[in-house]
Amino acid sequence: MTRTNLGMPSFPPFPEAAGEAVRDEVLRANLRRATHTIRDKRARAVTELTDWDRLRAAGKAVKDHTLRHLDHYLLQLEASVTAAGGTVHWAADADEANRIVTGLVLATGEREVVKVKSMATQEIGLNEALEAAGIAAYETDLAELIVQLGHDRPSHILVPAIHRNRDEIRDIFRSEMASWGRPAPEDLGDDPRELAEAARLHLREKFLRAKVAVSGANFMVAETGTMVVLESEGNGRMCLTLPETLISVVGIEKVVPAFRDLEVFLQTLPRSSTAERMNPYTTMWTGTTDGDGPSAFHLVLLDNGRTDTLADETGRQALRCIRCSACLNVCPVYERAGGHAYGSVYPGPIGAILSPQLRGTGSDIDATLPYASTLCGACYEVCPVAIDIPEVLVHLRERVVQGGPATRAGVRVRLRPAHGHTAERAAMRAARLLLDHPGALRTAERLLARARRLRPRRLPGPGRAWTDTRALPDIPAEPFRDWWLRERGNRH
Amino acid sequence: MSTKDRILSRIRRATAQNPDAPPIPRDYLRTHGTRTPAETADLLAAHLTEYRARVHRTDEDGLPLLLARLLSASRTVLVPLGLPPHWLSAADATRIHDRAGSTPRDLDGVDSAVTGCALAIAETGTIVLDGGPDQGRRRITLIPDHHVCVVRVPAQVVDSVPQALERLDPARPLTWISGPSATSDIELDRVEGVHGPRTLDVVLLDTPAQ
Ligand code: SF4
Repeated sequence: MTRTNLGMPSFPPFPEAAGEAVRDEVLRANLRRATHTIRDKRARAVTELTDWDRLRAAGKAVKDHTLRHLDHYLLQLEASVTAAGGTVHWAADADEANRIVTGLVLATGEREVVKVKSMATQEIGLNEALEAAGIAAYETDLAELIVQLGHDRPSHILVPAIHRNRDEIRDIFRSEMASWGRPAPEDLGDDPRELAEAARLHLREKFLRAKVAVSGANFMVAETGTMVVLESEGNGRMCLTLPETLISVVGIEKVVPAFRDLEVFLQTLPRSSTAERMNPYTTMWTGTTDGDGPSAFHLVLLDNGRTDTLADETGRQALRCIRCSACLNVCPVYERAGGHAYGSVYPGPIGAILSPQLRGTGSDIDATLPYASTLCGACYEVCPVAIDIPEVLVHLRERVVQGGPATRAGVRVRLRPAHGHTAERAAMRAARLLLDHPGALRTAERLLARARRLRPRRLPGPGRAWTDTRALPDIPAEPFRDWWLRERGNRH
Repeated sequence: MSTKDRILSRIRRATAQNPDAPPIPRDYLRTHGTRTPAETADLLAAHLTEYRARVHRTDEDGLPLLLARLLSASRTVLVPLGLPPHWLSAADATRIHDRAGSTPRDLDGVDSAVTGCALAIAETGTIVLDGGPDQGRRRITLIPDHHVCVVRVPAQVVDSVPQALERLDPARPLTWISGPSATSDIELDRVEGVHGPRTLDVVLLDTPAQ
């Protein structure tokens, strides 16, 4: 089974992977329909809350405040989880997290676990690590089940099997379910209702006998030690309440200071994500409760590149992300390229800024991800925690092209420019020249505007490689700064 | 150095030079609109219905007959220990109590569960259970395919998420339910009921303040 491991990316660079996806007509049509549907619904769900902008500002501020004092809140969280009967573990990277979880499972004497959909465990390649230790990990979210049975990778944060049609899903269920447990019914059709029923029967067997569950969490509350999981299907509730041992692997950035802070995110996350007023099920638990739910609770706090990301003052805002997937659904690049092209568990705009920061920009895929965008800004507009994704993209591009200071594994380093980016480097240098000399920029813009009709489709010289894969944007009739002066200049 | 110390020191190094983050603006609304208690209950009903829960309204006198009707197709019903006994006085279904030793498999064959709730949120169409005596363990509203939940109106109904959190105790296990289990994972077609109850009946029980 191929799975992403953020530690060892072995994916083709984005332009290559995206090029392939763009040629897949079915995939493009699916993506277009899906993203547009969720996008339109989301817009309606958001308009219903007249204070959306204020909720968004509060969400951003809560996250920024937490990140500024992350050491304090993690210690407080550890204390409150421990006081409530849980055990806290710290993991610096994927290997350490996998070792901890594997050890905890083996100590129970069990050889199988049920899993709630969790990006953190995908990020560290936990399923593969468990498999290597002889432990079977069963994904229980319907889409994740489809992905797992299909020996596939997720392609969307919220609907990981968005790239699969119903007849493909039926075929996967028919051919694969039997080797994992209860087989699909002989005469299984491709009606979503029938498919969901087959999944229900297949998984119920596992829920009823599972002794160990592995989950992530959407939020952790420092003040109370409360963990929060939002979901729709009830598979989360099954995993979080029926087994005897529960192990949650959670990125350190998921902590919020107070129980009260949930009032912001429980309003913004469902509406941004599934465009619902509220998702069908939310589970909150604090340590262990006598007689109700798991008798052992382990929390594994995962760094895996997050503290390095925190060290970057422009890039750290990516840690505010609450994984709603709104940015994917509005992104023109994601809509055409699909999630697999991003070569990580985090696809779309957030993936383009988060993965290269968590993993570093050393590999081809990570060096190209900051370019997987048109910088149109739609992702920033919809983001419920106001992450300025375009700003971080530009920042990371500069790092790829020019190198510069960064933090890797806690150590300050000076990155060298990535290979193969001479075209961008030249373009950057030209841009910097212009930006440093406003007069020259003004002249260049006006010249461009006048030369509109002569516009070439490809740039000459070092710009050629850049236009190999991009359409040159139309040159506006009038430079922006002229328009601004004319329209707004006299108001200040 | 332990991993914990290493992570903490990385965090401190990353943020030490930064000024304090600005205070968190709390000027968002506590509720979206002003409503009378009756309007709040109507909104709750409307939003629950939109999520394809079945909503019923009655008073104390009508409750036993209504519950009997909702359970008419059930042979067995899970009952939390603290459920008022007269609620089910007219129902035929065999009552089953969730005992400490009963396994999930024991409960798998039960048809329905009847519970109270901690509160309900009108703006989002959500009921919240907190494991109180009339709600029982989390599993009883999860394993059977049918959940009947009784909400006392107006005492247990709040307008908004902020109001709900104020009233909940984070030390208790909390289950928020907005309509029956659902998935949209297959071509974004919504299908009700994957793992949790496929049918959710919510009874709005009029209990005027004494
Ligand atoms: S970056 Fe913003 S919009 Fe994108 S998934 Fe994260 S929170 Fe949602």
